[in-house]
Amino acid sequence: MTDWKAMPLTPIRSRSPVPIDGAALLDRLRQTGVALVCALLAAPALALAILSILSVALGPLLIGLVLANGVVPATAALTGLHRRIAGALLGTPVSTDYADTTGRNPVTRPMRWLTDSARWRDVAFLWFSATGGFVLSLLPVALLAAPVVHLTGALIDGGLFWMLLALLGGPALVVWWLITPALTRARAVAEGTILGRSRVERLRHRVAEVAASRSETLDHSAEELRRIERDLHDGAQARIAAVGMSVGLAEKLLRTDPDAASELLREARTTSVEALEDLRAVVRGIYPPVLADRGLVGGVEALALRVPLPVTVSLRVPDGLPEPVQSAVYFAVSECLANTVKHAGASRAWLSGRWVEGRLLVQVGDDGRGGADPAGGGLTGVARRLAAFDGTLDVVSPAGGPTLVTLEVPCRPTP
Amino acid sequence: MPAHPLRVLLAEDQALLRVGLTRILEAGGFRVLVTAGSAPELAAAFTRPDVDIAIVDVRLPPTFTTEGLVAAVAGRRSRPGLPVLVLSQYVEPLYAGELLADGDGAIGYLLKDRVSDVDAFLESVHRVADGGTTLDPEVVAALVRSTHRRRPLDRLTDREREVLTLMAEGRSNAAIAERLFVTEKAVGKHTTSIFTKLDLPPAADDNRRVLAVLAWLRSGRT
Repeated sequence: MTDWKAMPLTPIRSRSPVPIDGAALLDRLRQTGVALVCALLAAPALALAILSILSVALGPLLIGLVLANGVVPATAALTGLHRRIAGALLGTPVSTDYADTTGRNPVTRPMRWLTDSARWRDVAFLWFSATGGFVLSLLPVALLAAPVVHLTGALIDGGLFWMLLALLGGPALVVWWLITPALTRARAVAEGTILGRSRVERLRHRVAEVAASRSETLDHSAEELRRIERDLHDGAQARIAAVGMSVGLAEKLLRTDPDAASELLREARTTSVEALEDLRAVVRGIYPPVLADRGLVGGVEALALRVPLPVTVSLRVPDGLPEPVQSAVYFAVSECLANTVKHAGASRAWLSGRWVEGRLLVQVGDDGRGGADPAGGGLTGVARRLAAFDGTLDVVSPAGGPTLVTLEVPCRPTP
Repeated sequence: MPAHPLRVLLAEDQALLRVGLTRILEAGGFRVLVTAGSAPELAAAFTRPDVDIAIVDVRLPPTFTTEGLVAAVAGRRSRPGLPVLVLSQYVEPLYAGELLADGDGAIGYLLKDRVSDVDAFLESVHRVADGGTTLDPEVVAALVRSTHRRRPLDRLTDREREVLTLMAEGRSNAAIAERLFVTEKAVGKHTTSIFTKLDLPPAADDNRRVLAVLAWLRSGRT
């Protein structure tokens, strides 16, 4: 769970000044509040900026090392706060990767910081926050505060000077209304650019993600194949071998003990039916026939019918989504429903899905007792399977319930 | 045939197959003395001196890989010459090699499918119990296919290659003769010819012939 989701800020949706309503006013007041906080944070930023330069300059001396061990973490805390603010305002998380300093001592750690571009960008941000950023943040605050101050002055003092200033208050408020969203956004974009990952870092990060998910997918497939082999060996294969034994013995006993032979044949027939059931179960585990016949919607509806609970299904997804994605989502839903039946003690469950702007979004919820563990075996497997398609699994399941599992997979239907 | 029924140690973890095998063995005049459902149980059962033959599933708990095979090889080491028949749902020439490594014979390695031909299976059990060898046709086919000593093999006639294959499966000259609808004398001729062409010293009896042929096939797989 990332912090930016927890922030009470809403992303800046539109910079156009219409419509004029309560919500727009509230947005601007909130943005001005944020600007005020950012403007105030310019003071520690300036102090830290100066101290950073000092600690680099004094690096060869002991005092420089001591200073660095205090200044750098403090800077990280401050930039961390700005990352959360910018992330909330932009609607996408702003994050970075500092060079790893675990296992280093207070003397060798600053050496690592010196070569870490992310730390240097933090320093650059400090200067931005104390200068241009400060101006950007101060403007909305000043434009809103000035008319209030002037009006108060005019009311108390009543002098011509205050009256003139108070007259300017109207236009100032109009300007405040017009430019606050743009200024706030400008600052957030600047912060995101300075504090976020650079293009190369973003790509490196993405490559690491893809490599990790690929190796997990390979592990998962190998595990699956092993499971299928085991299922066949212990199930259908063993039963068919047993059928052979019964029939063989029946053949031997046909003349001497026809009753025993007929009993053996009856047993063989039952076992052969069981072998077929085993095979069907294995096939369902590989690629469910109903999914092949009816696609994701039919497959998921069929799943819901097998569950001993009322399940409301509302699925609106286009035809022709990639088959591997359909299969992954099918098994994810199957696992979620199985968990609901096994652990939730729910009286009903629901299932909804839609495809919006290149993302397939499926939610499985129930009214059970909650407390589902996203790190539990089944759900981890589901997450790994989805990760192969850059999909995500989000589990919200407070103790006492209800449970809501959200699956999201980017995909496009093929025509 | 000994006076008492042959006493069998049966290691098979799946109840369904254990019951089926027990029924067939008892219908064939054997006595299933002790059964084992896991590798440790099998290791313990191998120490019993009153076992005449061990029939062992390759895959057993706890790891469900080849502990049956490993236990069989270990059991043979502690009781050299103890007849062991290994059953499996698939066969590997590699495992056959491990079983045959000590060169003592009294080894069988068969697919479980073969059990359904009850009389042939019982005959195989008897053959192994008598110190003979029985290898699944699939293993033999793989050995013949993969041997690197192609040239001596290419010198054999088609009939001789047939005889070689049946011999490698562990059959006696009499059984081969019956199978190929020829006289035992004719089989004897083929055998002599095969041994000459493969440059093998003549062997005194069926068992030794089988082992010699298997050793020859396996030595070409390095």
